[in-house]
Amino acid sequence: MFYREAGDFKTRYADDAQSFPIAFDRYRYYAVMVLALGVVPFIVNDYWANAVLLPFLIWSVAAIGLNILTGYCGQVSLGTGGFMAVGAFACYKLMTAFPGLNIGIVVLLSGGVTAGVGVLFGLPSLRIKGFYLAVATLAAQFFLVWLFNRVPWFYNYSASGQISAPERTVFGVPVTGPNTDAWATYLFCLVFLIGAAWLARNLTRGAVGRSWMAIRDMDIAAEIIGVNPLRAKLTAFMVSSFLVGIAGALFFSVYLGAVEVGEAFGIQKSFLVLFMVIIGGLGSIFGSMAGAAFMVLLPVFLKNLLVGGLGWDTALAAHFELVIVGGLIIFFLIVEPHGLARLWELAKEKLRLWPFPH
Amino acid sequence: MNVARNVAGEVTADGRTLGGTLMDLRNITLRFGGVTAIKDISFDIREGEIRAIIGPNGAGKSSMLNVISGFYNPQEGEVWFRGDRRGPMRPYQVARLGIARTFQNIALFDGMSVLDNIMTGRLTHTRSGLLDQAIWWGKAQREENAHREKVEEIIDFLEIQRIRKTPVGRLPYGLKKRVELARALAAEPKLLLLDEPMAGMNVEEKEDMSRYILDVNDEFGTTVALIEHDMGVVMDLSDRVVVMDYGRKIGDGTPSEVRNNQAVIDAYLGVAHD
Repeated sequence: MFYREAGDFKTRYADDAQSFPIAFDRYRYYAVMVLALGVVPFIVNDYWANAVLLPFLIWSVAAIGLNILTGYCGQVSLGTGGFMAVGAFACYKLMTAFPGLNIGIVVLLSGGVTAGVGVLFGLPSLRIKGFYLAVATLAAQFFLVWLFNRVPWFYNYSASGQISAPERTVFGVPVTGPNTDAWATYLFCLVFLIGAAWLARNLTRGAVGRSWMAIRDMDIAAEIIGVNPLRAKLTAFMVSSFLVGIAGALFFSVYLGAVEVGEAFGIQKSFLVLFMVIIGGLGSIFGSMAGAAFMVLLPVFLKNLLVGGLGWDTALAAHFELVIVGGLIIFFLIVEPHGLARLWELAKEKLRLWPFPH
Repeated sequence: MNVARNVAGEVTADGRTLGGTLMDLRNITLRFGGVTAIKDISFDIREGEIRAIIGPNGAGKSSMLNVISGFYNPQEGEVWFRGDRRGPMRPYQVARLGIARTFQNIALFDGMSVLDNIMTGRLTHTRSGLLDQAIWWGKAQREENAHREKVEEIIDFLEIQRIRKTPVGRLPYGLKKRVELARALAAEPKLLLLDEPMAGMNVEEKEDMSRYILDVNDEFGTTVALIEHDMGVVMDLSDRVVVMDYGRKIGDGTPSEVRNNQAVIDAYLGVAHD
């Protein structure tokens, strides 16, 4: 069993255009799916779910969302935290206004609300580009957080200004609120990640994705071959915000349970997601997940290594963790500016020739 | 209102049958602030012909092409296409009317493979919406495969099968030009605009490109309007030639007519002052 195309003849264009054209890759993908859906739920415990798996799943959804906008359509956004806040608050308002509504539908609707807000804040992208657009989306970030802080209607006039998720169930199993099981929350978020990856893959492999990438690579030429720039950019903002909104809703309802907007969805979250996308690889769905894994797992790993393994003081370890993560980010960007996804591609290219590289 | 100046069915000297007027440009004037790039130019492009626009540097040829492809909207004059007057339009609307072009400096999408680049040419023919594509199975996939089949025909036609999956950034110059032609052809245009298709090529590459242009014109019946500096190529390829100088039209006719036009000779060779 070797990793290569040789001998694997395709007779239809549909076969040639599938997501994993190489048989080896396809089986690896099936194996990962079986592991994630059939094995992990039975062995996962609270620590693994809360420290590692849930953040990874939720940030992956957000990173895929931002990657569609920044990696595929070339529009830099620093408003991710603000859009996640929109998802979270939409989720909260929907949960409290319609207690009977299934939480899965609530999360999807929150994504829909965020998509609308995203389109609204995407309108300036038609006139401004690059760094200037980044500044405009930064305005969205600060405005949205300010809005959720200042208008009591959004947090149902609670005295603390916090929002907290009431208990909701899927098939009778609680996935939000204080009495959740690790496997249930894990599976709930996993379903959304699989859905997000599937949606992103479908959109980026076809005509819509090509119009986004055309705008990214050369917007003038794109318009001349028939891409409507207004439509392309706004659909990118829409799909991106939809996924980011879903991530925000999950982050609030399933993961944190209670949220104070400035703390949970501040500007540092926008940067966090942007780092994930850049380190993982712009314009790659796998890269989004790799970047999320890097940014989520590395601090956990370092903490365990420094405190558990080397017996450092917790405070000292917490500070050094930041230094090391920062250093590694710089190291990775110097070694491979195109991100982890590119390293993965290179590894696969080498594997195609292995074991006879000449 | 539109009076076609040419009737279909006329036969050329080399025995080809010409169509009626495809595009009619009437009294086009284009200004940038105080600079007048094009001054009161009128000419037409007939269905099925190869029409060249020539002239010294800075004559306004590329501006003319940009007017045709909707990148600039002229201040004065009328653009008629397939019997309808075209109002001010955005370039993507013009593309949907069936006008495709290539660029003087290659304008391919560097982050995509050759195949994906050519597939972008099919975007004007895409009918499935965002939701269809999000679901993929069904309409979107059927459409994708139909487009792919069309694109593979063009890949065969231009003999670029083996670089199908290569990222365009890795290709040499001559092949990039060919991929750009493929992308324009994938749109199945009524009118194909080529802005210096042979710039920077060696003789062999020029011969190849000339052959492709003639074949496109012959097999697909595509009307071609091109700008080119290589006079040998222009005279061999084109049915009729427009000559521009300083934003004005100084000559229009078959290659042999243009070659013997005194104003054209003066513009290219200079005038002796005594």
